[in-house]
Amino acid sequence: MGDGLAGSAFAGLLLPHFDAAYSFARFLTRDPSAAEDIVQEAFLRALRGFANYRGGDAKSWLLAIVRNTASNWARGRRAAPPTTQEGLEEIVDETQISPEAFVLRQHEIEGIRQLVESLPEPFRETLVLRELEELSYRQIAEITGVPVGTVMSRLARARRMLTEQLEPQP
Amino acid sequence: MSACSDKELLLHGLLDGELDAVNALACEEHVAVCPGCQEQLQRLRQLRTRLQAPDVRFTAPPHLRARVLATLAAQSQTGSAAPSSTAAQPVDLAARRSAVNADRAAQTAPAVPGAASGVGGRRRWWAGASLAACVVAASMLVGVGSVLFALRARPDSVQDQVIASHVRSLLVDHLIDIETSDRHVVKPWFNGKTDFAPAVFELADRGFPLVGGRLDYIGGKVVAAVVYHRRQHVINLFMWPAAGAPPQGAGQRDGFNVIHWTRAGLQLWAVSDLDPVQLREFRAAFDSTAAL
Repeated sequence: MGDGLAGSAFAGLLLPHFDAAYSFARFLTRDPSAAEDIVQEAFLRALRGFANYRGGDAKSWLLAIVRNTASNWARGRRAAPPTTQEGLEEIVDETQISPEAFVLRQHEIEGIRQLVESLPEPFRETLVLRELEELSYRQIAEITGVPVGTVMSRLARARRMLTEQLEPQP
Repeated sequence: MSACSDKELLLHGLLDGELDAVNALACEEHVAVCPGCQEQLQRLRQLRTRLQAPDVRFTAPPHLRARVLATLAAQSQTGSAAPSSTAAQPVDLAARRSAVNADRAAQTAPAVPGAASGVGGRRRWWAGASLAACVVAASMLVGVGSVLFALRARPDSVQDQVIASHVRSLLVDHLIDIETSDRHVVKPWFNGKTDFAPAVFELADRGFPLVGGRLDYIGGKVVAAVVYHRRQHVINLFMWPAAGAPPQGAGQRDGFNVIHWTRAGLQLWAVSDLDPVQLREFRAAFDSTAAL
């Protein structure tokens, strides 16, 4: 019965971060179906490893597992093709049912996502953890296993790449 | 014009709320007199606005949530590290049939009714509940219970209680009793339900839209919980008369941050999964609006 209880405390602590896990997996893999498998696998691993969870920040703990699972996946099949095709189809569908403003917004969002996805990996994950998951430098350092100084320089570099893309300098 | 090269990282630290008070002040003073750094900081803020637009961050599809919950429920019921795929199979099918229900039960932090979706009022989340939904819901409730239990095991501090209430409000779909962004509706709603007048302000122009209010129970008395949003995050602001309250403080537990302070005879406890910097911004927004 002890395991059942642990599983449930688990639910209370980790399920609030379900979207965070999925979004992080999406940006890491750039592949919607791989992201789903990774989230499922990561939650199972988290459940099995919950006995070793020592308290502390549950979101960081979970995202570190997601990252680990994703890097195993990437090792298994290198350089999966990006899913731009699918993204475009979604947009085309929406043009038929949506007001123009909505479509423009969707394009903007899709554009931003693609820009982020175009960043090289260490910069992409650092940026996503900071800007979308709003984690602190210390939490990002724990998840990605690098010193805080490296987090800072990666973040600065990632933002520089993005601002250059968004407003090309003459 | 570009930023001073020795200030580059400091600007990011300032933007991210990662500088200590001394460095933050020094950096702000420098930015005030340096057009290049000013421009760079502005550029970084604009980038953040675009990245943090709603929907750039992905949201998990409902079927995935249902699938993972069913698998976890099956796994924790067997109570062993057996491979999940076999145990999960039967429940998984039921879960697909009732994906909507399971998802309702499972949705937590981001699941609060948004400004647009909330019109329907309270959801009928037991309607048509199937086996899997029951399993999931039961495990969620036990989950809440054991979080509460874990908190009880330590001295029953107010901080623990407000965090437990915050978690409970997210998990059992009871975030708000009165749902409106109009403070002139929220405030009178509490009339006769609490023996004090809660402080309710619209903070949407400061980035914290008011979502609604709720009665809650902390430290053996009925208190007011006023609910705000920050992007996809929920902030519960608990309040009750300040008698004997510690002046102010902050804490953290299980990824939730808490700040508390007293103002105009009330003690206020804000709880959220937001980072401490944004929670302090919330307090600043609340205090400055209250002072108007």
